[in-house]
Amino acid sequence: MKRLLSGNEAVARGAWEANILVAAGYPGTPSTEILENFAPMPGIYAEWCPNEKVAMDVAVGAAYAGVRSMAVMKHVGLNVTSDTFFYAAITGVESGLLFVVADDPGMHSSQGEQDTRRYCKFARVPCLEPADSQEAKDMVRAALELSEQFETPVLLRMATRISHSYSPVELGPERTLEPRPAKPAYEVNTGRYVMVPANARQRRPIMEARLRQVADWANDWPGNRVEMGDTRLGIVAAGAAYQYAREVFPNASFLKLGMVYPLPTRQVAEFAAQVERLIVVEELDPVLEEEIKLQGIACEGKSIFPLVGELSVETVRESAIRAGLLSENERPQQVALEMPALPPRPPVLCPGCPHRGVFVTLRKLKVVVNGDIGCYTLGSLPPLTSLHTCGCMGASIGVAHGVNKAGIQQKNVAVIGDSTFFHSGIPALLNVAYNGSSTITIILDNRTTAMTGHQQHPGTGHTLQMQPTNQVELEPVVRALGIERIYTTDPYDLDRLEAILRECMESDGPSVVIARRECALLPSVRKQYTPLRIQADKCIACGACRRVGCPALHKSDEIYAKTGRPKTEIDPLLCTGCEICAQICPVDAILFRSQLDAQPEDKA
Amino acid sequence: MTRNDLTTNFLLTGVGGQGTLLAADIVGLVGIQLNLDVKKSEVHGMAQRGGSVISHVRWGQRVASPLIAAGEVDYLVAFERLEALRYASLVRPGGVVLVSDYRIAPVSVSSGSDTYPDAAAEEQAYGDSLRRFLVPAVEIAQQLGQVRVNNIVMLGALSHFLPAPVEAWLEVISGRVPERTIALNREAFAAGRAHMQ
Repeated sequence: MKRLLSGNEAVARGAWEANILVAAGYPGTPSTEILENFAPMPGIYAEWCPNEKVAMDVAVGAAYAGVRSMAVMKHVGLNVTSDTFFYAAITGVESGLLFVVADDPGMHSSQGEQDTRRYCKFARVPCLEPADSQEAKDMVRAALELSEQFETPVLLRMATRISHSYSPVELGPERTLEPRPAKPAYEVNTGRYVMVPANARQRRPIMEARLRQVADWANDWPGNRVEMGDTRLGIVAAGAAYQYAREVFPNASFLKLGMVYPLPTRQVAEFAAQVERLIVVEELDPVLEEEIKLQGIACEGKSIFPLVGELSVETVRESAIRAGLLSENERPQQVALEMPALPPRPPVLCPGCPHRGVFVTLRKLKVVVNGDIGCYTLGSLPPLTSLHTCGCMGASIGVAHGVNKAGIQQKNVAVIGDSTFFHSGIPALLNVAYNGSSTITIILDNRTTAMTGHQQHPGTGHTLQMQPTNQVELEPVVRALGIERIYTTDPYDLDRLEAILRECMESDGPSVVIARRECALLPSVRKQYTPLRIQADKCIACGACRRVGCPALHKSDEIYAKTGRPKTEIDPLLCTGCEICAQICPVDAILFRSQLDAQPEDKA
Repeated sequence: MTRNDLTTNFLLTGVGGQGTLLAADIVGLVGIQLNLDVKKSEVHGMAQRGGSVISHVRWGQRVASPLIAAGEVDYLVAFERLEALRYASLVRPGGVVLVSDYRIAPVSVSSGSDTYPDAAAEEQAYGDSLRRFLVPAVEIAQQLGQVRVNNIVMLGALSHFLPAPVEAWLEVISGRVPERTIALNREAFAAGRAHMQ
């Protein structure tokens, strides 16, 4: 029986079947599960690196040393490692080198949309794109063989709907569980791998020639296939866009591409000659469309289909109806419901989230906060609304320093998570110390990479493959960067955190506050949940507790007679007992953990 | 023609932490058990953070798109009443809406800026173009002693509408839940199915 695998699981399986020995990456939705699924497989080595740049260098090094390897990341991770991406393309490799990069059309979990195929054209790296899990698995092997045949890194472009969609997969043969091959001797090849200008000038034309050879080879590669149907309409498509188009145009002719850069030019020309009208259905940028037009072949693409956002059956169908490719009758009948206004349900900081204490305090101090990428970005949402910028990984500290140097009146604060600090916060904090600004940096140290689902990092004491390892301490690192004013505190302790921040704000020169408390979703923390209780007779319905934005606090049916406002109740299934609301309550109506036993339940 | 008539489309929705993704997993695997082509799609990342969770599952002879188009949902299975409303307009005319009788207030409601739609507003919204069933799944699960199996109660209710044999469901469920909870989950499935009969 076939297995129902996600695209990410399929890539992991494909990497194992195809004898990848070394894999490295940094977590990022929608790519995270690839390495998580690969790491436990027998006979391989996999690691989380501090960032994508390091991860790609690791994969390149392993390929230079003669073993098949891969680096895995989300689309914006490729920005971080673009320098490596370009040098790896110019040196090339002799052993299979795969980069798996997952795009996020529609920005389900990202700060931006970007089309990784553009990078492939930019750096002259061949790009494969699967349309389901079976292809995702099979293309890993194809990519490695292509890589070795043409001595080039190859990129496998995933996307949210491929990574996180499940479809049946016929597994390949189990990899033979031989021990790793005897240690290969490193073969020195200075002319190829030392990119000083003299050598780089030798390599440069080779890249261009290689690309032409790959394009020629792709004409006969079965991963690109023609599905002839009605020749009045010919569609070129790849990835998830192919699936949507297949559904909307069941009878059209298709050129389904598995290689999206470079294009199989002869195959494209032959297909175009057989159909009356040629259209390109692709998500994000008109990459295929531009390449086809550069070939001198007329086609339509973005004049019909949207440039921005994720495609779907609906968007493809509606665009096709507008362009006259389909009739109005093709639209399915829909129910017309009289919907009331529905309150949105955006993601929120979880009950017991240690970040909440920091944002409640920052809100009280009315400071400008330069944020970063992680769960704490949710501090920008009501009712906390205490995060005012967020661009990319590691940006917080540099931006805060710049704001500071611009000479604004009020102090501003950078907030950055522990994993993000290791990722790209360290050079920025070094800059704060080196160039001396009064930037206050809060490291939100929740002891894990939380947003992507609890991955290990250099501060957790374990590797991806759960080997115990050196646990980097933040305080000595921060001190070594040249910061002298360093505080460590528990973000649940609101008074102390506020006192520390006030002290920082009154001082000149940089300060760092390490707000340390484990993520409330970690299994070790879940065991310690103790739901709090509220004494309804004491509650004055002021609502201050509910303005900490905790999902465990609700309006009660009970009304406070003096104001006519609803009192608060605590959901015992959600409350973890962090006591932030208890500290906020002006009349001590919410019992602290230590008071729960002393106070009989029936009074609550 | 826009879709293969043999295709069956399920949209499962709930709030992060309710077991929506596990339920979708099971529906997908039952399709595999029946030797059908299956696609299942969901978005990860934010699900644990109390946000709205949605999962598409499609069974058919050949399924192309991993996402169900608006107006083509055959079965909407909602683990929360507001989330049912949010996606009800995607259901085809005459389609089935199975709603767990359970409310979770979003933060915007508990902090006072929004109101949760009441039963009358719900009634008006659904009108009579959909076949809606309110299932006391949480209550049934509580009677079985474990509120967390409410998602399996809902699958039992869903199974009532489908030709798939009960054994296929039970086999998949048994393989997909922790071993010590197999008996409980089978009971939950049976209770949900019995509720619809």
